[in-house]
Amino acid sequence: MDFSTTLNRGEIVIALDGELDEKTAAQTRDYLDKRLRESTYHRVILDFAKVSFMDSTGIGVLLGRYKKVSENGAELCVKNVNRQIDKVFRISGLYQIIKAV
Amino acid sequence: MKMTNHVKINLPAIVGNEGFARAAVAAFCAPLSPSLEEINDVKTAVSEAVTNVIVHAYPDNSGEIDVEVTIYDDKVLSVTVTDSGVGFADAEEVKKPFYTTKSAEEHSGMGFTIMEAFMDDLEVCSEPGRGTRVTMRKNIKQHA
Repeated sequence: MDFSTTLNRGEIVIALDGELDEKTAAQTRDYLDKRLRESTYHRVILDFAKVSFMDSTGIGVLLGRYKKVSENGAELCVKNVNRQIDKVFRISGLYQIIKAV
Repeated sequence: MKMTNHVKINLPAIVGNEGFARAAVAAFCAPLSPSLEEINDVKTAVSEAVTNVIVHAYPDNSGEIDVEVTIYDDKVLSVTVTDSGVGFADAEEVKKPFYTTKSAEEHSGMGFTIMEAFMDDLEVCSEPGRGTRVTMRKNIKQHA
């Protein structure tokens, strides 16, 4: 998994590039947590434009980050999810807590 | 139903093989001309089943996974994922949404829920100490 981050007036956009599964979960978790620790933010947007696949391991990663972002009084969002990942989001109920923008 | 093609893949239960398994199954059913959504459904379900084995079946990180794919009548796909790991006593309990024994490691417990939602049929047989067999079926509509 590759990552790139932009920070603009308290809004962090983190673009992920690869497949989010058991193989990449720990690396993704570590990268996101490091960025969240280092920054001050009110909104975090994960850009899935270049994520070709995600399974329920990704749900666990996102729920863990949602908890941390919420504890900071901020909002976690996603954008550009493909149809496969959108279906995982819908079936798991993730959209109830993580908004698509 | 008449079997029209069949493959059995044996893999060590190590992280990374979930990606190989889903790609291999997707390639095997490509001649059925599935839609993109159908192929993604199959890939997702296979990834869940194989990941379950990798994460849960072998606490000592030493074991194997059998992935058996059968095509019936050129339209019904059956995928069976088998391990010889720790198994569990109550399949219905394990299949419930958010059921996980590893919440501290941020596992969502949604694997079986996703398998059920993405495939047409799901059977889970398990015996403590003997292992687990997950069989999933999906009707592939002809798109060619």
